[in-house]
Amino acid sequence: MSKGNCYHCGIEFTTEIIPFDEKKFCCNGCKTVYEILNINNLNCYYDLESAPGTIPTEIKGKYNYLEEPEIISKLVEFDDGDTTVVTLYVPVIHCSSCIWVLENLNKLNEGVKTSIVNFPKKTVRITFKNVEVSLKEIVELITSIGYEPYISLEDADNNKRKVDKTLIYQIAVAAFAFGNVMLLSFPEYFEVEEFWLDKYKVLFRWIMFTMSVPVVFFSAKDYFISAYKGLSHKILNIDIPIALGVFVLFVRSTVEIVFDIGTGFFDSLTGLVFFLLLGKFFQQKTYSFLSFERDYKSYFPIAVTKLNKEKEENILVQDIQIGDRLLIRNEELIPVDGILINGEAMLDYSFVTGESLPVGKNSGDKVFAGGKQTSGAIEMEVLETVSQSYLTQLWSNDVFNKNEGKNIKNITDSISKYFTMAILIISTLAGVFWYLKDPMIAINVVTSILIIACPCALALSAPFALGNMLRIFGKKKFYLKNAEVIEKIAKIDTLVFDKTGTITSNDESKLEYQGAELSSDEKSNIKRLVRSSNHPLSRALYDFIEENTTEKSIVAFEEIVGKGIQGEVDGDFYKIGSASFVDAEKDNSFNTSIYISINNKVKGKFVFKNSYREDVEKVFSSLNKEYDLVILSGDNEGEKNYLKSILPENTKLIFNQKPENKLEYIKSLQKEGKKVMMIGDGLNDAGALAQSNVGISISENINVFSPACDAILDASLFQKLPQFFKLSKKTMSIIVASFIVSFLYNFVGMYFALTGNLIPVVAAILMPLSSITIVVFVTVLTNFFAKNS
Amino acid sequence: MEVVYITIGVSIVVAVGFFIVFIKTVKSGQYDDTYTPAVRMLFDDELVLEKDEKQIKDSKTKTN
Repeated sequence: MSKGNCYHCGIEFTTEIIPFDEKKFCCNGCKTVYEILNINNLNCYYDLESAPGTIPTEIKGKYNYLEEPEIISKLVEFDDGDTTVVTLYVPVIHCSSCIWVLENLNKLNEGVKTSIVNFPKKTVRITFKNVEVSLKEIVELITSIGYEPYISLEDADNNKRKVDKTLIYQIAVAAFAFGNVMLLSFPEYFEVEEFWLDKYKVLFRWIMFTMSVPVVFFSAKDYFISAYKGLSHKILNIDIPIALGVFVLFVRSTVEIVFDIGTGFFDSLTGLVFFLLLGKFFQQKTYSFLSFERDYKSYFPIAVTKLNKEKEENILVQDIQIGDRLLIRNEELIPVDGILINGEAMLDYSFVTGESLPVGKNSGDKVFAGGKQTSGAIEMEVLETVSQSYLTQLWSNDVFNKNEGKNIKNITDSISKYFTMAILIISTLAGVFWYLKDPMIAINVVTSILIIACPCALALSAPFALGNMLRIFGKKKFYLKNAEVIEKIAKIDTLVFDKTGTITSNDESKLEYQGAELSSDEKSNIKRLVRSSNHPLSRALYDFIEENTTEKSIVAFEEIVGKGIQGEVDGDFYKIGSASFVDAEKDNSFNTSIYISINNKVKGKFVFKNSYREDVEKVFSSLNKEYDLVILSGDNEGEKNYLKSILPENTKLIFNQKPENKLEYIKSLQKEGKKVMMIGDGLNDAGALAQSNVGISISENINVFSPACDAILDASLFQKLPQFFKLSKKTMSIIVASFIVSFLYNFVGMYFALTGNLIPVVAAILMPLSSITIVVFVTVLTNFFAKNS
Repeated sequence: MEVVYITIGVSIVVAVGFFIVFIKTVKSGQYDDTYTPAVRMLFDDELVLEKDEKQIKDSKTKTN
């Protein structure tokens, strides 16, 4: 039964309700944000959207490092001693209220001059007077109202990422020239013998020529470069006939107007380049709020607190030396491998492994980089520097340094090889034939063939089909790095899945009670006891027990670190904790369990079970028909039998894989000639994701964490994977079909060219017509298939 | 009919003018974020409702 929702964040109330100012809040954090906004007349926040907020996180001391001048200078964009400009990435920006409140920061702090939100990129650009307010205060301010910025090593490394706008300029030039040249050449299409037209045609022609020059040498320059590169690598790519076509069009047209033979093909030339660039542009859809290039740097903090003879000091993560003592606060990430010196560690390795349950460590234990501390502050001594740590040394593997050059053969290039050969042979034969018959026409015919064969429609098929499918996938929350990924997906024959966090769900670890039944009184007593403990397992258990807590008092409550809790309620003595703590027999299951004993009599245990995603069985059985399936898990074999029972028989199950093992396994599959897709989530899959032909990262929250990959899939859509694969394959068939259509156009054009009858008006009609029909053809078909799947 | 020289000249000057303006807008980053300004535009009205003069001024200086 619903008890209502929090006024600030909209979360449904489960436990307690905090009433304030006639509104209801789920926690003190939400209440505080409301108070801050209320005092500063920013109530409008709640009018724009209902329940727009997020719960602010505890940050005490977390941003102390932002006081260091060295770190500040790495983060800010501009600083003239008085005014500072900084752009912060705030992943939680999600609605218009967020934009509004972040753009009104100047009402919360006088030092802020302006703040401007870029919604698609989820960034806020803040200009502030650095004498009145420091960067640290700004960050703490926006964190206190629930908008914690995400500051990472990556930000410090490459501050300015410039967007390349050359293509837009190229299109602008081509479009401008195309429109004007069309107008100017229009009179000559009809060859009207008219005095005034005849008088001005020289002027018209030279204006057209002037406009075409930048189109050839600026807009189309990438085709010449690519054709040259293709030739020097001995690859006949699609850009060779294009470059040849553009070149011949330009030279022949120039010759025609110089010797007053005709009007030239400037309209076709500019139109051709314009359409081609448009195709390129359409394919270039990027998701600016996602990053497909993340490495460990974007997960790690910039600075840590170093303990120097009882004095705290902030140092950059890169500067950590072996032997340093570090202070890791609650909710901070452990940046390097080390030994726990002081405090109780509960490390959440979900970024690394996908496992959502925190792992407990005691002083003296080794702790690995990547874990997030979840209970209080700890001290640790450094054993390895950042780049040498267990997790991060994965990135020294060559996989992460390889540049995916242009050497990958795509479908257009593989067909263009034959196409280019055919064109060259036909034009040579025709040239020889006409030279013998009528040498005057020979040049005319050969250039006509090269013009008409210029594979505009052919070159447009793939960009539009892939570009459109990329957008359709994006709408369905399957985000691809670029259009080529669709082609790669269509070729895959082996699928490798990570287990934890990929086929199991990340945040809902299911509990199950095993043992003698507990009465509802006993359950509520247990709930009362675990309420007094901050241990993550206790909290999970607290949420799991449905009974209400009793308000009976606890006698002799004690929490024994690393073991469990005990106490007396209602005259009964309860012990809740590990097997050894309650003197229970430890069974052989690998699952985390909480044992319960009442009056020293073991009752039973609560077992944490990974909950598998919806329809895992269905997904696997439908994929099994077409693909080899492998489960590659970093976990122990605890669930092997269960997995065997639900997955298809020939699924390979491999356990206890370290990050490097996963990478090597993918490599060995590839050596067998298999096209491998890796589907994973955590940082420990990063190597495998990079090595595989296609790496898909499954993410519960697409805005925040995902390792470098080719595609990001929203976790809730896991069961749709087979459909996405099918659609990718269909896209490739559509492209092949459109190739056939564009060949037909070429045959028609070839008739005019071979007979020496190619006049400008024919080229001017045929070229745009073929391009536009191809674009319509592939767009309609891709939309049709997407809708029907 | 010598006027053709002028009309063509004028039309090309106008066209080139628009072309230059377009390039400038791209360079200035007007198309980088096509979503937020549309939302921001609506906020100014909300602020007027609050009848807080300082806020109205602020919002105006910001949109400049």
